[in-house]
Amino acid sequence: MSVLNREEAEALIQEVLEVYPEKAKKDRAKHLMVNDKKLESAKKCITSNRKSIPGVMTQRGCAYAGAKGVVWGPFKDIIDISHGPIGCGQYSRGGRRNYYSGVAGVDSFCDMMFSSDFQEKDVVFGGDKKLAKLIDEVESLFPLSKAISVQSECPIGLIGDDIEAVSKKKAAEIGKKVVPVRCEGFRGVSQSLGHHISNDAIRDWIISARDGKLDAGGPYDVAILGDYNIGGDAWASRILLEEMGLNVVAQWSGDGTIAEIENTPKVKLNLLHCYRSMNYIARHMEEKYAIPWMEYNFFGPTKIAESLREIASHFDDTIKEGAERVIAKYQPMMQAIIDKFKPRLQGKKVMLYVGGLRPRHTVGAYEDLGMEVVGAGYEFAHNDDYDRTIKDLKDATLIYDDATGYELEEFVRQIKPDLVGSGIKEKYAFHKMGVPFRQMHSWDYSGPYHGYDGFAVFARDMDMAINNPCWTMFKAPWEKPADAPVAEAA
Amino acid sequence: MQVADEIKPCFPLFNSDEYQDVLARKRTYEERVSPEKVAETFEWTTTKEYQDLNFARSTLTINAAKACQPLGGALCGLGFEKTMVYIHGSQGCVAYFRTYFNRHFKEPIAFIADSMTEDAAVFGGQKNVHEGLQNATKLYDAKMIAVCTTCIAEVIGDDLGAFIGNARKEGYVDKDFPIPYANTPSFVGSHITGWDNMFEGIMRYFTLNAMEGKAPGQNGKINIVPGFETYLGNYRVIKRYMKEMGVDYTYLCDPSEVLDTPATGEYEMYAGGTTIDEVKDAPNAITTFMLQSTTLEKTKKFIEGTWNHEIPKLTIPMGVEWTDEFLQKVSEVTGKPVAPSITVERGRLIDMMTDSHQWLHGKKMAVFGDPDFVMGLVKFMLELGIEPTHIVVNNSNKRWEKAMKNVLESSQYGIHAKIYPGCDLWHLRSLCFTDKPDFIVGSSYGKFIQRDTLYKGPEFEVPLIRIGFPIFDRHHLHRMTTLGYEGGMYILTTLVNAVLERLDEQTKLLGKTDYNFDLVR
Repeated sequence: MSVLNREEAEALIQEVLEVYPEKAKKDRAKHLMVNDKKLESAKKCITSNRKSIPGVMTQRGCAYAGAKGVVWGPFKDIIDISHGPIGCGQYSRGGRRNYYSGVAGVDSFCDMMFSSDFQEKDVVFGGDKKLAKLIDEVESLFPLSKAISVQSECPIGLIGDDIEAVSKKKAAEIGKKVVPVRCEGFRGVSQSLGHHISNDAIRDWIISARDGKLDAGGPYDVAILGDYNIGGDAWASRILLEEMGLNVVAQWSGDGTIAEIENTPKVKLNLLHCYRSMNYIARHMEEKYAIPWMEYNFFGPTKIAESLREIASHFDDTIKEGAERVIAKYQPMMQAIIDKFKPRLQGKKVMLYVGGLRPRHTVGAYEDLGMEVVGAGYEFAHNDDYDRTIKDLKDATLIYDDATGYELEEFVRQIKPDLVGSGIKEKYAFHKMGVPFRQMHSWDYSGPYHGYDGFAVFARDMDMAINNPCWTMFKAPWEKPADAPVAEAA
Repeated sequence: MQVADEIKPCFPLFNSDEYQDVLARKRTYEERVSPEKVAETFEWTTTKEYQDLNFARSTLTINAAKACQPLGGALCGLGFEKTMVYIHGSQGCVAYFRTYFNRHFKEPIAFIADSMTEDAAVFGGQKNVHEGLQNATKLYDAKMIAVCTTCIAEVIGDDLGAFIGNARKEGYVDKDFPIPYANTPSFVGSHITGWDNMFEGIMRYFTLNAMEGKAPGQNGKINIVPGFETYLGNYRVIKRYMKEMGVDYTYLCDPSEVLDTPATGEYEMYAGGTTIDEVKDAPNAITTFMLQSTTLEKTKKFIEGTWNHEIPKLTIPMGVEWTDEFLQKVSEVTGKPVAPSITVERGRLIDMMTDSHQWLHGKKMAVFGDPDFVMGLVKFMLELGIEPTHIVVNNSNKRWEKAMKNVLESSQYGIHAKIYPGCDLWHLRSLCFTDKPDFIVGSSYGKFIQRDTLYKGPEFEVPLIRIGFPIFDRHHLHRMTTLGYEGGMYILTTLVNAVLERLDEQTKLLGKTDYNFDLVR
C-alpha cells in the first residue's frame, strides 16, 4: 500500500466518521486530523484532553491508572495502598513491567499489591478508621519501607473521606511520609490527570523534605524524569549519561527511591523523557529551585546522539567531549544493527497509538530502520504534545486523538500498515486481521527500548514482528486468494 | 554493549558486569538500608513470629487472589450471542477488565464504558447511559447490550433500570432493543458474585415477565450454567458429553467461541454464544445444572423461584466421583444412559491414575483460587492420594467453607489440610515458609511465592503449578479442560509432570545427584 496523500487521508476520516450518530460525529471529527507541518500550533486542527464519548470504546484508563500505575508504582521503597474496592489494586499489579533492583516484600514493593478491599460497610460508614489501622498493619509487616502513599479509588472521593487528615496523623505516628493521592478514577478524562495529581502530591508532600539541608551537589548532577524503567529503559539510559560523565542523582520513577526524590532539588539539570507525565514537577523545580529542564529522546541512534549533544550543551567541555566519546563508542554497534535489520524493514509502514509520548518519540527509531510512520495517535495527549507531534511526523500523516476501537480498526483496514504499535487491548484484534503488532506500552514483554542497547532490542523486535512466517499462513490452500489478509495484500 | 549477532533483551542484558556496575553506582544514591538489615528482615518474614503478625491483619489485603464484581459481570455478558458488554461507570475500570482478559485469553475483548467523570459523579450518570447506549448500538451492531456497573455508579446510587427505561422513551435506543442489566458493586463479593448478578439479570430480563405457558420439562432439554469459567475446554467437554449421551441441552452463557476466534484476516467482534431465544426457552427445560454451586446464590434463587426448577444438588464436576455424580444426575433427569464412550473415557482417566499414582501419592500441595474450582481441585487431589495442605480462598463464603470442610473430612488424605477462608497470597507466603508444601497450585500470582521461597535457599523453594485464573505468564493454558474426566486427565498430567520436572531439576547434577536422574520414570 502506498502512503495516503492529504485528500485520501481526509476522505478516510470522513468515511470513518459516517457511522457515528450526529453528536458523536461532531465531537469525534475534532479529534482526527491530517498532519500539516506548516502549522504553528495543533490547537486549531485537533482537540485533545477532552472527555471520552460514552459508549464508543475508548482505550483510555483513569486517573488512578496514571497515578498508581504510572507515577507511583515504580518507586520501589514506597508502599502504594490502593484505597477502595479490591479490583483497582489487582488489575494494576505487575502489568507495566517497571523493573527495580531490590528484595520484594522487604525493601522493595513494586510487584506487590496492597488494598483496603473496601466492603459495603466502609462505603456506608467511611474508610478513614480502616485506613488508619491499615497503615499500622503495613508498618508492622514492612518496617523497611520508606514511605506510604494512599491511592484513592473512586468511592473515596464520593463518600467524603478525609485521607489527608489520616495521612498527616499517621505520618507523625510512624515517622515516615504518608502521602494522600486524590486520584479517583472519575477525575479528569484519562490517565493524564493522575500524572498531574501525582506530580502535585510529590511537590506538596515529599520534594521539599530536605530544603535547606541539601549540599550544593556536584557540577554534573542530573536527574532522569519520566522514565518508568519499563523493561529496564532507565538503566539503559543511565549507563549513557554516566559514561559521558554525568552523575545521575535520581530516577523518576523507575527503580527510584524516596531519597532520590528528596535529593533531586540539588541537580543542575532535569532530563525529561516522558514530557506528558512529568513536565509538571520539572516546571515546579524550575520555578522553586531554578533547575533548568530539557526534553530528550533516547529512541534510536539519531535521536540519542542529538539528545546526548543537547544535554552536553548544558555543561562544560568535559561533558561535551564525553558525549562525543559515547556516540563514537556505540556508533559501530549501531551501524551493525542497522546493517542487519534495515534491509529487512526498509519501507515498512507503521501506525502507532500509544499514551502521551511514544507516538512521536519513536518516530526517529523507526526511521533509523528505514521505516515510516503513517499514522499516529495518543490516548491522553494534550495540545502541547500535538504541537510537538506535527513537527515530528511527515505531512499528510493521519493523526487521531483518543481513538475508539472502531476508528483504529477502520484506519488500519484502509491504510494497511505493515506494523501496528499500540497496547494490549488493541493487540489481538490486529492479530486476527493479520497485521503484525508490537505492544508499545510494555514493550511486549521485551525491552529495554531506550538507549543504544535498547535500540538493538527494538530493531530485533520490530523485525520479528513483521517478518515472522506466521502472517503468511492465514489462508488455507483451498480458500480463495481474494480473501487474503491485510499483511499479505500490503 | 549489545552485539548485533546476539542481541540480549532485559534478561540477560542487565546481568552483565557493565549493568551490574550501573546498578551498584545507582545504589549509592538510594540510601537503602544495609544489605545485612535487608537479609535479617527477609529472614524474619519467613518466621512463625512474622506469620502470627501477618495473620493478625484485619484491614489490609496484600497480594489478593480475587478481583471485583464487574469483571465477572463482563465475562458473563460475553457468553451471549452478539452481546456487547456495557459498563456504566468510570472508563478506567473497563480498560482494566479488558486488559485482564486480554492477558489471560490472548484474545481481543470488546467491552464498552460510558465514561462517567466528575460531572456525572455530581449529577448522576443518566446522560452517559443515554448517549452511551445510542453510540454503542450504532457502532457495534449488537443484538443485546448487557449492562453492569462500577463502584462510582453504585456509590452515587444511579438507578440503572430507570436510566435505561428513559433512554428508550427518549429515543436514544429502540424501544424493544434488549438491554438486561445488573448492579455489580465492587465493594461487595468478588468477580464470581458479579458473574452471578449479571447472569441473574439476563435471565430475569428475558423470562421474569414471560413465564406464561412455560413449565419445566416442556422443551425436553437441560440447562447448563457454568458460573465464572475461564477454561474454554470446560465449555466444550460438557457439550461433548451431552452430545455423546444424546442429551438436548442449552448452555446458558457460552463465551467459548468469542474467546477463541480463528486468525483469518478479519477481526470478528462476536462469535457463538447463547441466543436470546434459547434464554427465553430456558424455563422450559427439565432442570438447570449449575456447575459452580456454592457461588451462584442469586441465580439459584431466581431459577428455583421463577422457573420452578428443582436444581440438582451437585458439586463442581471435577475429578472422578463428582463427574460420576454429575453424569448420573444428567442421566437420571433425562432418562438417557451415560454413553459408553464416556465410560471408556472414565476408564482411561482411572488408567492414567494407576500409572501415575506413585509419583503423586503423599505429595503435599497448597491450593488457591476461586471457591468451587478449589473445592473440585482438592477433591480430585484426594482421589489421587495427594495431600492438600493450605487451602486459600480469598473470596470464600460460609456455604463453601462448610462444604470444603466436609470434603476434607471424608478422606484420610484431607485430614491434615487447613482451610484459610478470606486469606490472601501474603498469608499463603507465610504458610509456605513455616509449613512447606511440595508445590503450590493456582494462578500466575503464585509465582512470587515461588521466587520468595527460593530466595531463602533452594531447599525452601515451593514451585508453582499453574491451574486457575488468571494465567498471564504461560501461553494457551486457558484452552485446556479441568472439568469432567477429560479435565481430570489434564490436571493429572499437569501435576505429575510438574513433580517429575522438579525431580529432574533436583537430580540433574552430573556426578552428584544424577544417580536418580532416570531415563524412565
